[in-house]
Amino acid sequence: MEAILFYLTALVAVVAAFFVTKCRNPVNSALCLVTNFICLAVFYVMLEAPFMAAIQIMVYAGAIMVLIVFVIMLLNLGTAVKSRYTHGLAAGGVLSVLMLLVATVFLGKGSATATGGEVTSELIQSYGHTELIGRAMFTDFLLPFEIASILLLVAIIGAVVLSKRKV
Amino acid sequence: MTPEVLTLSNSPLLFTAAMLAKILVAFTVTILIVAYATWVERKVIGRMQTRMGPTMTGPKGLLQPIADGLKLFFKEDIIPAEAHTFAFILAPMMILAPAFISIAVIPFGGDIQYTYDGVTYLIPLQVTDLNIGILFILAMAGLGVYGIVLAGLASNSKYSLLGGIRSTAQMISYELAAGLSIVAIFMLSESLSLRDIVAAQQGPLWGLEALSFLPNWYVFTQPLAFGLFVISGMAEINRTPFDLPEAETELVSGFCTEYSSMKYALFFMAEYANMVTVSAIGATLFLGGWAGPFYSPINFLIKVFAAMFFMIWIRATFPRFRYDQLMTLGWKILLPLALANIVFTGVAVILWQ
Repeated sequence: MEAILFYLTALVAVVAAFFVTKCRNPVNSALCLVTNFICLAVFYVMLEAPFMAAIQIMVYAGAIMVLIVFVIMLLNLGTAVKSRYTHGLAAGGVLSVLMLLVATVFLGKGSATATGGEVTSELIQSYGHTELIGRAMFTDFLLPFEIASILLLVAIIGAVVLSKRKV
Repeated sequence: MTPEVLTLSNSPLLFTAAMLAKILVAFTVTILIVAYATWVERKVIGRMQTRMGPTMTGPKGLLQPIADGLKLFFKEDIIPAEAHTFAFILAPMMILAPAFISIAVIPFGGDIQYTYDGVTYLIPLQVTDLNIGILFILAMAGLGVYGIVLAGLASNSKYSLLGGIRSTAQMISYELAAGLSIVAIFMLSESLSLRDIVAAQQGPLWGLEALSFLPNWYVFTQPLAFGLFVISGMAEINRTPFDLPEAETELVSGFCTEYSSMKYALFFMAEYANMVTVSAIGATLFLGGWAGPFYSPINFLIKVFAAMFFMIWIRATFPRFRYDQLMTLGWKILLPLALANIVFTGVAVILWQ
């Protein structure tokens, strides 16, 4: 049952990812990318990480992609691109074949898939995924968390400074 | 013998049947409320402006929503020649679906007991109880923006585009304020599940017997968060006084200018479905969910209807905001207030423990 669901979602994800590059119209590309993000969220749910799934949809599909569509709208890029880019397609094809080779080599070695962490399904069932993430983030990984928050603060201030009108 | 909560593992057949029944009931009731919300809105606004509202179709105009639906169904469906066909057709669906999906995690009643094969099961009156209930609702609210954006962009018309741009900016801004006002709630309830949040609001206020005349609803504990949620919730679903995306006097009909027939009807249904969803979320988070003197789903419906009446009342009372005022209100007043409320609640929770 879970395998069937996985393969169906994977099929949708791969087809959507293909059409992100294939579509001539940037709006349709953006829509396909959203589809891909939602498929990723479904994978997170299957991996018993519902918090990650919700954050994936909220941040990527709900915020970042909306901004991208907004930019498409403001720059009036909604018209279809007529010219073909064969060089880019060829380079992308070569790159993806290389990626596939690397992935199969690593999967064949078995070290990438068979490792288990401290967090097990039983732990998630008893505590809840959100609590586990919160605990890890605010005890073991407090310093990286604070560094990330300072980085975000710098980015926010930078955005304000760059877009501020001269008075 | 204590009854156990019905899950897929302890009785697959009954679970599936109960699930289908719950989905059917929740969906049908929402659709009915959506259809009759239009009638109620026209009647109530009519009365407030000393006129009658719809009277001709059926007794007291009660068949008016059905007549409107039939009329729109038989109108010609026009897709403009310059429109992006795929996105144009997709947009009305993408605006309606998230509104209905959010209903799935809202508990609309208490548990009911049902005996099957000699075993008593507890059936929660909620389609599904997600561990991340509120985050799910926020995620779906985020997806709701796409419908309006696509409608504005795909129509290839300047009024639609302006309406779409306005509404994207508005929804992103107010989603932030709405989300942050809710954060204070789950700091108090210590759970993201809506079932647990309703359970945390039972009993007298703050567990004090002296205050037993007031229920422990979060509207009393978090009045500021409630106010912020009401304002930003109404702004997010584009209700008057925040209906700038479809400001008739400036933008003809905003993002749905180019739409006709059933696609146009879907936009209207989405507006009222969003109204139902926001009212239901507000009733669950701040007004104690299904708790109250009557049978639990009736209590819940009363709270939802009261919230919807409030929105209609506001529509009849207030003029529309100017665009710069709207942005100033969102970013310079509501957002700092929501952040301050979170800090204050955090300190209070630490001191209280």
